Amino acid sequence: MNEASALYPALPELILAGGAMVLLMIGAFGGERATSPMLSYAIALLVVAGLAIAAMPDERVALFNGSFVVDGFAKFLKILAVLGSIGTLWMSGDFLADPDRRKFEYSVLILLATAGMFVLISAGDLIALYLGFELMSLSLYVVAAFDRDNVQSTEAGLKYFVLGALSSGMLLYGASLIYGFTGTVKFAGIAQEAANGGIGLIIGLVLLFAGLCFKVSAVPFHMWTPDVYQGAPTPITAFFASAPKVAAIAAFVRVSFSAFPAIAAQWQQIIIFVAIASMALGAFAAIGQRNIKRLMAYSSIGHMGYALIGLAAATGEGVQGVLVYMAIYVAMTLGTFACIVSMRRNDKPFEEITDLSGLARTNPAQAFVLSMLLFSLAGIPPLAGFFAKFYVFLAAVKAGLFTLAVLGVLASVVGAYYYLLIVKIMYFDEPAPAFDPMGNALRSIVAVTGLFVILFFAYPGPLVEAAAVAAKSLF
Amino acid sequence: MNALLQEYLPLVIFTGISLAMGLALLVAPFIVAYRQPDPEKLSAYECGFNAFDDARMKFDVRFYLVAIIFIIFDLEVAFLFPWAITFGQLGVFGFWSMMVFLAVLTVGFIYEWKKGALEWD
Repeated sequence: MNEASALYPALPELILAGGAMVLLMIGAFGGERATSPMLSYAIALLVVAGLAIAAMPDERVALFNGSFVVDGFAKFLKILAVLGSIGTLWMSGDFLADPDRRKFEYSVLILLATAGMFVLISAGDLIALYLGFELMSLSLYVVAAFDRDNVQSTEAGLKYFVLGALSSGMLLYGASLIYGFTGTVKFAGIAQEAANGGIGLIIGLVLLFAGLCFKVSAVPFHMWTPDVYQGAPTPITAFFASAPKVAAIAAFVRVSFSAFPAIAAQWQQIIIFVAIASMALGAFAAIGQRNIKRLMAYSSIGHMGYALIGLAAATGEGVQGVLVYMAIYVAMTLGTFACIVSMRRNDKPFEEITDLSGLARTNPAQAFVLSMLLFSLAGIPPLAGFFAKFYVFLAAVKAGLFTLAVLGVLASVVGAYYYLLIVKIMYFDEPAPAFDPMGNALRSIVAVTGLFVILFFAYPGPLVEAAAVAAKSLF
Repeated sequence: MNALLQEYLPLVIFTGISLAMGLALLVAPFIVAYRQPDPEKLSAYECGFNAFDDARMKFDVRFYLVAIIFIIFDLEVAFLFPWAITFGQLGVFGFWSMMVFLAVLTVGFIYEWKKGALEWD
């Protein structure tokens, strides 16, 4: 039984994977009736997995010959990912109540995607990295096309699948080149060999980063994002924008610092370019959007650019900045999407920005919280989004990347335009018909994230310190 | 590192030779072959009679389902072979690893059975 207790650090993954299979069996025998209890079972499993993560020790443990690493960094990001998944399932209740969508597979797929994210966050070699990516992505392709009778949703699923397969191919090609030039797939081994890897290793690194950029939807690998975000059903878009981004950024950071610290100067250039391009595109391309989900897609591209600034700094403070940024980003995204999910009249979803006209008069509370979330996304003090940007810019300045920090501030000024435009539409335009009343689940998400965003400035200590501890475990 | 790369030298030679041969076989007919095309020679060949239909036709999505189910069980068997051959050295851990793998596959099998994927109608 020694082997069994040695598996303890992988307990959260085992809970999710085993739980997903049990739920699959319950669903297969229970049929449609099982759908709504299934959602609560899945949430319960995620909560248990989250508690198991929180109970893990902080020091670094490696399993399976170093393929699977549990440390403070993994703990922090896994908790973040699990919160994103719980939030998604929490807001999916009404979505699944529709008779056409009463499919229990939804909860199972989200669980499996979360298990994939956990593997990805804990990956200690290139093979575990790829496995985690595929487990996560394959589940996401299916949920993107969840409304299978809807043309837009199937288009989103297919586009995501084809482009995702392409990016996995690039990632694998990069991984095989890296293996070829260093002779190992382990991050620790690559780190030793990287210094004398030569041009071949750098080509591998670039291809690997291209694959990773695709998964975090950073420019120039962002093309799929607007279409997939618009086409996929809204709770699923909320999922895409939150938890998988956390996992992909985690993989990005871990690969950069544990496998390639010796050639940091080389990958820094790539990250700086990607960060600037993402921020600029996120700021400018969102201006012309009419559909709010499309707008949020560009917004998330921009936010990934800001998060990557922290990585570009290539310091412990930079990683801390990335972690704080992702935590606040997940909260803002879930809150905003909960508001978008609630944009329904007579049980039909509405997605145009103009549908929000005069929300301040038809539903003042929702309009207030949504505008706070949007101000926070724009990075206006004293809301949480300001602190998120502050920490990454600070890290960039301390690392001497002044141009990057200045360009980041300029991009966030441009980006503020379209967030403020929505606030203006909500407060000063003629009211559109009122939306259906919000369900309790959505209301609770909006309330919690709204409070977090507004009150973060009063008590930022715990999150920032937890991020600092987590960042330290990488160095 | 160089020693590692040198291990791949046969692969490079193999790729080079196969490229050269493939290209030679593709290019040679253009240069040396005798050509006198006529409509019969250029038309699609279907066992001697004219083509009935366009080659691009719809066919049932159930064929894909069968193909995917086949892949799952094919994979299972493919993993069982090396496991069975080295079974003597693997010990208890190896035995239970494969049992877990088979259990996961069985869960998938029960799911597809209950969903009716194994029935043609």
